[in-house]
Amino acid sequence: MAAETPRTLPRKSATFDDYTLSEIRRAAATGIYDIRGGGAKRQMPHFDDLLFLGASMSRYPLEGYRETCGTKVVLGTQFAKNPIELDIPITIAGMSFGSLSAPAKEALGRGATIAGTSTTTGDGGMTPEERGQSKTLVYQYLPSRYGMNPDDLRKADAIEVVVGQGAKPGGGGMLLGQKISDRVAEMRDLPKGIDQRSACRHPDWTGPDDLAIKIQELREITNWEKPVYIKISGTRPFYDTALCVKAGADVVVLDGMQGGTAATQEVFIEHVGQPTLACIRPAVDALQELGVHRKVQLVISGGIRNGADVAKALALGADAVSIGTAALVALGDNDPALEAEYNKLGTTAGAYDDWHEGRDPAGISTQDPELARRLDPVAAGRRLANYLKVMTLEAQTIARACGKSHVNNLEPEDLVALTVEAAAMARVPLSGTEWIPGQGKY
Amino acid sequence: MAELDLKQLGVRGVNSALHGLVDGANEQDWLITNPMGQHAIACGLDAPLNVTIKGHVGFYCGGMNQHAAITIQGHAGVGVAENMMSGRVRVTGSASDSAGATAHGGLLVIEGDASSRCGISMKGIDIVVGGSVGHMSGFMAQSGHLVVCGDASDALGDSIYEAILFVRGDVSSLGADCIEKEMRPEHLAKLTELLAAAGMEGEPAEFRRYGSARELYNFDIDNADAY
Repeated sequence: MAAETPRTLPRKSATFDDYTLSEIRRAAATGIYDIRGGGAKRQMPHFDDLLFLGASMSRYPLEGYRETCGTKVVLGTQFAKNPIELDIPITIAGMSFGSLSAPAKEALGRGATIAGTSTTTGDGGMTPEERGQSKTLVYQYLPSRYGMNPDDLRKADAIEVVVGQGAKPGGGGMLLGQKISDRVAEMRDLPKGIDQRSACRHPDWTGPDDLAIKIQELREITNWEKPVYIKISGTRPFYDTALCVKAGADVVVLDGMQGGTAATQEVFIEHVGQPTLACIRPAVDALQELGVHRKVQLVISGGIRNGADVAKALALGADAVSIGTAALVALGDNDPALEAEYNKLGTTAGAYDDWHEGRDPAGISTQDPELARRLDPVAAGRRLANYLKVMTLEAQTIARACGKSHVNNLEPEDLVALTVEAAAMARVPLSGTEWIPGQGKY
Repeated sequence: MAELDLKQLGVRGVNSALHGLVDGANEQDWLITNPMGQHAIACGLDAPLNVTIKGHVGFYCGGMNQHAAITIQGHAGVGVAENMMSGRVRVTGSASDSAGATAHGGLLVIEGDASSRCGISMKGIDIVVGGSVGHMSGFMAQSGHLVVCGDASDALGDSIYEAILFVRGDVSSLGADCIEKEMRPEHLAKLTELLAAAGMEGEPAEFRRYGSARELYNFDIDNADAY
């Protein structure tokens, strides 16, 4: 009996992998691009590719639990009469009521307040729950101006002019009709149930020269009391940061492509923008070149997950960081306890990103009253506060190990990189070498 | 009438003086002299004041106005009465881009022409323009009324929601999802009311009404050519 001819194993294409094939089939069946929430999911250089060196013969560490390592940060020291003082250098990023439920917004406010930091509104305006529960609230000024009014502007502690978002630089947004409840519709001055587009450009200014005048107007309306932030996406961070300074920003918020969105095209999220890690040094360069580093504060967002990420962003020159996706996870988003319900939606815990559909079993990215009721804003706020405190403790632990009495004293010299790419982006030496790609010593 | 000389006080000084006034303050009538085309004059007012500005103004004059009646005796720069909530703003000359942008309420009257994007993203304001308006006027207009006694340039009412547009003259072209609609008696009555409130002459029957076809309210891939 002749032996069977040996056969090679079935081999799948690295180019046409399972995900790619599924997307082709989905597109062919529906005729529409894929929409989802969240930020870039692809692998890319990130903070995990950096390591701290810690103290050694030439550096003295500080004693954990004994010697102070400060975490307070003041934002808006340039022009505002009333800068923002935060206990920790981690803020909550802008997320709208509309994309998020009222209990979720309330929980963000509660958690941020307990932890001594700020939270931020989003497209759609300011809700009383959010203002009521947020000791420090940043009011976003967006192209759509949904819900924008001078009374809320005056109630805010700071104003954030949104120019871009890391998940979709140059893109607007769309809140699909199924999430437009009566309350959301009323706040946005539009009929219930229709898609609500958020424009990609502001309606009454174009470019940094105009923006400087717009900021003057916002300052005049609020009697120069509030810090004015400008939020930009991670595209051309050196020039964009410089232009923010020119336009009169007190604070620059720079959002890399891992930063989340409530909903946009998958192709946009994954293929437009730059990794957060690649954006920080050019932005700091711009501030230093203009002589305003630490005077105009830099807040970094996009994929911040733990105290190590916080410490690394600060070491590279940021004054603070901002979290969105991680904050939602702390509230209860993508909890494995809800696996059966995620399965019914055709996904799994950890991968659920159809936030625009409004069927979130965790009650966070929904306007369905029954689903929203599942989220206890007090308990969720407590979880967020715990998480923020852990992140802060972690950052302090690292800073002390590097001999720093304040987390903002961390510096690039404390870091090395594990990969050539990360070394080039962060401009720190490749581990075990003195080589910083692009800067000689190879 | 109390006078505020902007040349002496600067924009901050003028606005600070006006912001300090509340409903029922002794002096309700104010004259701002020497505006010199400066920006953000009389923005953020929050009391039923009568403010007259003698001369041309720059960007965002009367921005986010609440309750005040502001008259600009001259031309206005970009974004006059942007995001106004209530009250009145009157421009005796012409206005630049984005007049009345995103405004929620009140009445904006422009006796001359208005440039492009007049009433962009308007959210309830009534705007009456004595002359013509530039391209993309009424872009993404959500609610309120835009009355144009002259002509309208290209792409009028592009991506319009529930705002109502009245134009007496020619319309170069209509934007996506904007169509001409029947002028019913209630529209003639509203137009008559708006013209009277603005102090504009005009026969309502000479106007045509435009609004949303509501075809693009919910995304449909078969409408992709329209986006």
